[in-house]
Amino acid sequence: MSRQEYDGLPEMSASVEEVRPQTAILSRAQRPGEETAYVSPPVVRSRPQTLLAVPVGACIALAIHFLVPKREVVPPTHYYPLILSVMLGLGVLGAALHPFFAGLRKWMRQMCPILGVATVTAAVWELATSCFGLLPLPYFPGPEGVFGSLVSDRSLLFDSTWHSLVLLISGYALGVAIALITGVTIGWFAHARYWGMPLLKIVGPIPATAWIPLAMVLSPSALFSAIGLIALAVWFPVTMLTASGISNTRASYLDVARTLGAGQAYLIFRVAIPAALPNIFIGLFMGLGTSFLTLVVAETVGVKSGLGWYVSWAQGWAEYGKVYGALIIMAAFFSTIMTVLFKVRDRVLVWQKGVIKW
Amino acid sequence: MVALSEPAAIEASSLRVRRASKYFAAINGAAVGGLALDKVSLFVSAGELVSVVGPSGCGKSTLLRLIAGLTLATEGELLVGDEPITAPSAERGLVFQDPNLFPWLTVRRNIEAGLVARGVLKQERGQVDKFMRLVGLEAFADAFPHHLSGGMAQRVALARAMINHPKVLLLDEPLGALDAFTRMRMQDEVLRLWRVHRTTMLLVTHDIDEAIYMSDRIVIMTPPPGRIEQIIPVKMDRPRDRSSPDFLRLRGDILETMHFAGRSLAGNGV
Repeated sequence: MSRQEYDGLPEMSASVEEVRPQTAILSRAQRPGEETAYVSPPVVRSRPQTLLAVPVGACIALAIHFLVPKREVVPPTHYYPLILSVMLGLGVLGAALHPFFAGLRKWMRQMCPILGVATVTAAVWELATSCFGLLPLPYFPGPEGVFGSLVSDRSLLFDSTWHSLVLLISGYALGVAIALITGVTIGWFAHARYWGMPLLKIVGPIPATAWIPLAMVLSPSALFSAIGLIALAVWFPVTMLTASGISNTRASYLDVARTLGAGQAYLIFRVAIPAALPNIFIGLFMGLGTSFLTLVVAETVGVKSGLGWYVSWAQGWAEYGKVYGALIIMAAFFSTIMTVLFKVRDRVLVWQKGVIKW
Repeated sequence: MVALSEPAAIEASSLRVRRASKYFAAINGAAVGGLALDKVSLFVSAGELVSVVGPSGCGKSTLLRLIAGLTLATEGELLVGDEPITAPSAERGLVFQDPNLFPWLTVRRNIEAGLVARGVLKQERGQVDKFMRLVGLEAFADAFPHHLSGGMAQRVALARAMINHPKVLLLDEPLGALDAFTRMRMQDEVLRLWRVHRTTMLLVTHDIDEAIYMSDRIVIMTPPPGRIEQIIPVKMDRPRDRSSPDFLRLRGDILETMHFAGRSLAGNGV
């Protein structure tokens, strides 16, 4: 019941905006109580700027690409104009099909302005680099160079992304597992808090990357030390937030549970931890941020694989097209993982909908 | 002081409070410490509904927390049947003014919480449906607590406490936050639960009408330190008429008692 109610809201208010003005006047003219007159559903029309953003942006970018003379000499790969053409085609297709699919309409309303601006930004980028040479080479290649190296080096990039993913997930999972145990222990048991808190407060704030020299000495392989460093980076925020969430559990929830016959296990796992979950998720998000940072540094310094390694390797060969290509992949990779964590939170904390500003 | 009369045979779900005192130590030198309850004695026989009324700070809630086992008495003895109270237990349910439903559980799971807490197996949790019907919330089984109105939430809290079939149900101003109409409806609801289950109930309230309408006896407490001023039996048949002469006379008597208590307090220079 609640899900539909809340999911429905933004959709409704947005479509009200786009109801044709005539319909709005008509419905205003109705007398109150005359609901039967309101038979035909209002025609939903997206605003022209929503529909035209991507096609127009792509056309501008294509025009600049083909019509403005180039200074930079790049092997013509045609991947950049190909991508633009695909976007143009999809934009036109979307505009043509949008009246028939509500989901597509919603998605276009959200994404089209951003995608349109993105294509125009690519056009400006090409003007500044390939066309007018405003930025020094080889540090700032044009979009053609970047997209070219993205596609031509795709197998190595895919391999690097895969290695980064494995390393990130191992380190993050290990860090979260340990952090939940230490966080709950410190938050719940007074003795654990007395001894654990000072350690947490002194050791925790040291950035995980500062331990790299020690990790290199202690660990048999660079991979293990990288997993350990990422885990350490995640451990501190998650432990801190979990402990504070647990110790801030409303005493009356615990009182109620006790009078219902709850033992220690119920109080911890069924009251304190659910009550602390909003806090724990803040910790998980903070930990994810620090784990990205630590991942890239660890890959740059020790591990000989992954996106961090790829960036520094490509830089060593002065192939800046590849550097930017890897950065684009990295951005997509990290934001996808972030989105996954948001989805998990939305599922787990669905009971918070309506309690807090969602 | 009121003389304590205990019957010779003690029933299992009767409640005895013998000269219970509670002293709170001052926290960090703040002036909140002191004697909250001063040698309070009370006997509630099995299946009886007793109200406790009194101004705020008279130790009503402290008495309830002692009986629930959430805090321990500094002196004195508290027993349910022949068992001394040493810790919270499922046989003494507690309902607060704030329903305190677990916001992360649906209505059904909130009601079920007592069974889960006691480790009742899944296949034996059939009574959840019965209790949801009993409080008329079947339609809201899968709703989360913040979708409920105050009265509905309090009904869930009652069902949650009753599902364990407690020997004693402690009610700490459970209807205090509700509007007047919902409150009157809920009073009948609680009485219905009481009649069906014959649970011993101790109801703390600041509403004298509510106390007269619902209870077998009314305990009047005075502050501070918390003492029992008087225990008044209510000898009227249920359902009671809130505007009958007997009702109004009793109301007048209780008000007079409390007013008198107030004057004696002023006379003591407190």
